[in-house]
Amino acid sequence: MLDYDTLKLIWWLLVGVLFIGFAVTDGMDMGVGTLLPFLGRTDSERRAIINTVGPHWDGNQVWLITAGGAIFAAWPLVYATAFSGFYFAMLLALFALFFRPVGFDYRSKIKSQRWRSAWDWGLFIGGAVPALVFGIAFGNLLQGVPFHLDTMLRSWYTGNFFGLLNPFALLAGLISLGMLTLHGAIWLQLRTGEPMAGRARALVRRLGLFTMAAFALAGVWLIVGIRGFEVVSMPPADAVPNPLNKEVVISSWAWLHNYWRHPYSLLFPVLGFFGLYRAIRLSEQERCGLALLMSALGITGIIMTAGAAMFPFIMPSSSDPNSSLIVWDATSSQLTLTVMFWAAVLFLPLILGYTTWTYAKMWRRVTVEEIEAQDTLAY
Amino acid sequence: MLDSTMIELSRWQFAATAMYHFLFVPLTLGLSWMLVIMESVYVMTGREIYKDMTKFWGKLFGINFALGVTTGLTMEFQFGTNWAYYSHYVGDVFGAPLAIEGLMAFFLESTFIGLFFLGWERLSKRQHLLVTFLTALGSNLSALWILIANGWMQYPVGAEFSYETMRMEMVSFADVLFNPVAQVKFVHTVAAGYVTGAMFVAGISAWYMLKGRDLAFARRSFSVAVGFGMAGILSVLLLGDESGYEVGDVQKVKLAAIEAEWETEPAPAAFTLFGLPSNEDQETHMAVKVPWVLGLIATRSLDQEVKGLKELMREHEVRIRSGMIAYDYLQRLRAGDDRPAVRAAFAEHKQDLGYGLLLKPFIDNPAAASEEQIQAAVRFSIPQVAPVFWAFRIMVGAGLWMLILLSLGFWYNAKRVIVDQRWLLWAFVLSIPVPWIAAETGWFVAEFGRQPWAIGEVLPTAIAASSLTARDLMFSLSAFVIFYTALFLIEVYLMIRFGREGPSSLHTGRYHFERLAAPAGPAAGAGPATAPSRLRQGD
Ligand code: HDD
Ligand code: HEM
Ligand code: HEM
Repeated sequence: MLDYDTLKLIWWLLVGVLFIGFAVTDGMDMGVGTLLPFLGRTDSERRAIINTVGPHWDGNQVWLITAGGAIFAAWPLVYATAFSGFYFAMLLALFALFFRPVGFDYRSKIKSQRWRSAWDWGLFIGGAVPALVFGIAFGNLLQGVPFHLDTMLRSWYTGNFFGLLNPFALLAGLISLGMLTLHGAIWLQLRTGEPMAGRARALVRRLGLFTMAAFALAGVWLIVGIRGFEVVSMPPADAVPNPLNKEVVISSWAWLHNYWRHPYSLLFPVLGFFGLYRAIRLSEQERCGLALLMSALGITGIIMTAGAAMFPFIMPSSSDPNSSLIVWDATSSQLTLTVMFWAAVLFLPLILGYTTWTYAKMWRRVTVEEIEAQDTLAY
Repeated sequence: MLDSTMIELSRWQFAATAMYHFLFVPLTLGLSWMLVIMESVYVMTGREIYKDMTKFWGKLFGINFALGVTTGLTMEFQFGTNWAYYSHYVGDVFGAPLAIEGLMAFFLESTFIGLFFLGWERLSKRQHLLVTFLTALGSNLSALWILIANGWMQYPVGAEFSYETMRMEMVSFADVLFNPVAQVKFVHTVAAGYVTGAMFVAGISAWYMLKGRDLAFARRSFSVAVGFGMAGILSVLLLGDESGYEVGDVQKVKLAAIEAEWETEPAPAAFTLFGLPSNEDQETHMAVKVPWVLGLIATRSLDQEVKGLKELMREHEVRIRSGMIAYDYLQRLRAGDDRPAVRAAFAEHKQDLGYGLLLKPFIDNPAAASEEQIQAAVRFSIPQVAPVFWAFRIMVGAGLWMLILLSLGFWYNAKRVIVDQRWLLWAFVLSIPVPWIAAETGWFVAEFGRQPWAIGEVLPTAIAASSLTARDLMFSLSAFVIFYTALFLIEVYLMIRFGREGPSSLHTGRYHFERLAAPAGPAAGAGPATAPSRLRQGD
């Protein structure tokens, strides 16, 4: 069996992998959904756009579902505290997500203009709203969340929904929305025909620059305006997890400590900027496959930047810092982490394998002509 | 203390969303294998009509699947949003099957479902069949894992409470995996899904036959359905949940509630066909009993007794008292007093901690409960009997009805005279909702009959919820009701629309409406004797 502290660390990485997997795959089709009403002007154009992700969105969405399940299994207290604390934000994301399965599946089943355009806006909501909400949630984690644990480890959340919508969190939401929409735009440039591809291309630059600017602004804000959290004392990393046994303080610059101590982690923000920048350039040169890879890299960099700043915190508490949930004390038992580790080792490569196969099989540009020719075979 | 209205509403919300999810699940489970069967015939024989069957039933499958996914999303997050203390208390055990379900099953079904619909032109015949198969396999594996999770709630094996982490922790993954309750649940539930798929296809095909439309298509679909349905209903009835009742107190309570059996009866127990159970009076009024039958259903034997509720409650009282002691020691341990003597005393009573927690709705510190409060907790330690009793009878009745129907359908179909049995065909059409009624009442028995426990003998429902307020819940529950109702209406509208249109909706030009459309205009109302689709198609 692996050491307990190693396993705890591995699970931090694996949850990160699932989130990145979610952002890069499902984030892409959320971006596509967000762009749908704007890039598709006629019904056939919109159908072409939808059919680029038609075969894949459902599988992509499972990254989100599995991330939820993995947090449940690996960090039960986080699953409990975060989801019940962010109750209305979660519901908002959830209700927006409802529009996707039905939107994709039902939209083209009926030939009515009103029906179809209603679902198109549904797909827009299903793409844009969760992207925003997840970013806002991240923005709040960075600032700390008002909750405490009692001695029986029941969590009590003392904030409210509107408190989540503070300026820094909204900025984080915009970064998330921006990067996923950018990713979706590049995908559409790669996979649709004209005129949609051209319109997507025209957007890539603006979306990319916007995201980079927002990311930079958030960085500056984090440095000068946001106080971080720091563990002053805690039991050894491989101890039986008990989140009430440590001492945490709030202090300026605390979110920079990891970068200070491990300068190589500065690679993450660099990767964020570099990925987005290269994505813009490559898209201009019509090398869209590479551009997509680069925007995926940029997204990875951005997520890792936030993760590395907060490590080992997962969910810091602003009202009772000692209740904060961290990588070492919010986890499951060693046995559960081990079982789940082997499950991930077994299944993740398999999933990547068959997912690649499905993308390869469906790889082509989806054009308006094709949609019109294959009326009954497409979404 | 938690607000009891909030708990009540959380239960309503979970019940509503779960039962809603399970409107779509069984059809996915059953229809997916039927698509595999139809497509296999197509691949083996090359007859186009089987391809059309796969595509048409696949269309209806897709309409259903979309809502299965939509409502499943809610379920995945709802443990965290609404059952936060539950999630903390058992996530170490319960979370694992859920996460593995994602990795092993959801990825599989959801990745391939897209290719099932959109890959007809891009995959070879065999590849497409493989895709269909993997989708079906994924769906059924997902049922396996979620039922392992649910089976563990009913009968929590392979786990221990730890006072240091204040939660249940897994001690044997194998025990969780091979939980006997989970196994019987899996067989019963997927078989229920197969019956649902079969009744759905059979019912709609019967309607086409009654209308005299697309007969070749309808007859073949009907054959697949009744064959598959026979296998399904026999599995449901013969491989039922009985053996699960040999284990675990919760299951014993549930069994007694199903039977409204207050006093322990000597084996073999009689089956109460009818009665009016009352928790207040602790007896069943106007009971009509059939000797022996309960012993057979419940224990599959004639010599095991079924314990009555009063006896079970007496046992609960003992355990509640022991649980109070456990709670007392737990508090000391949590306060840092972990001397060996305290630990030993806690260990001795630990298995009853859950029973101690049953006092929580009545008093914040169970260790200090009064005699009155103990008696209240004892009464509270069994579910409301009447709803369980009646739900069970509805399920069984529905099962027997479908057994008769499917047997007749199978018989007449084998004799190739099914088209002439109009009364039977009508019975099939009208019975389309029956498998859903059975499955929903079945879940009701399983879940409501488990009360007051969220996790059997470990965690009472009353403390499992999140620290939310009743207002939060009123808001979210209303939102779910409104949203889900709208989605349901849309789904049913599409189902009926495509169901009516039938295989003509594939636009192959080979089916009823398109063949009618050319010479005769509006297509409705074609009588069986004159309909052109009587012509044999496809072979
Ligand atoms: C016996 C079967 C069964 C049961 C009891 C449940 N489900 Fe379910 N679920 C399925 C069988 C299923 C399925 C057959 O795999 C579905 C239904 C239709 C579908 O599209 O897939 C599905 C879909 C589905 C999805 C979407 C998956 C996807 O995108 O493919 C999620 C996240 C869940 N479910 C989660 C849950 C949770 C957390 C449950 C527990 C409360 C639950 N389900 C009960
Ligand atoms: C999809 C089929 C299911 C249906 C129709 C169903 C039905 C119900 C019902 C009626 C209740 C309310 C009981 C009550 O509070 O009186 C309930 C509660 C609950 N069920 Fe299920 N259930 C299903 C599947 C599951 C599964 C698979 C799990 C776990 C893996 C589960 C976990 C729970 C939990 C946690 C509660 C809330 C706590 C409680 O009230 O006991 N359910 N369910
Ligand atoms: C003679 C017929 C039947 C018997 C004796 C029977 C028995 C049972 C019992 C005892 C339960 C409760 C299990 C528990 O609490 O864990 C149950 C649950 C259930 N039943 Fe049935 N059943 C019958 C027919 C059917 C039919 C025809 C269907 C659907 C087509 C069905 C679907 C279900 C479902 C979905 C559940 C909930 C899941 C589970 O607990 O397994 N049952 N059944």
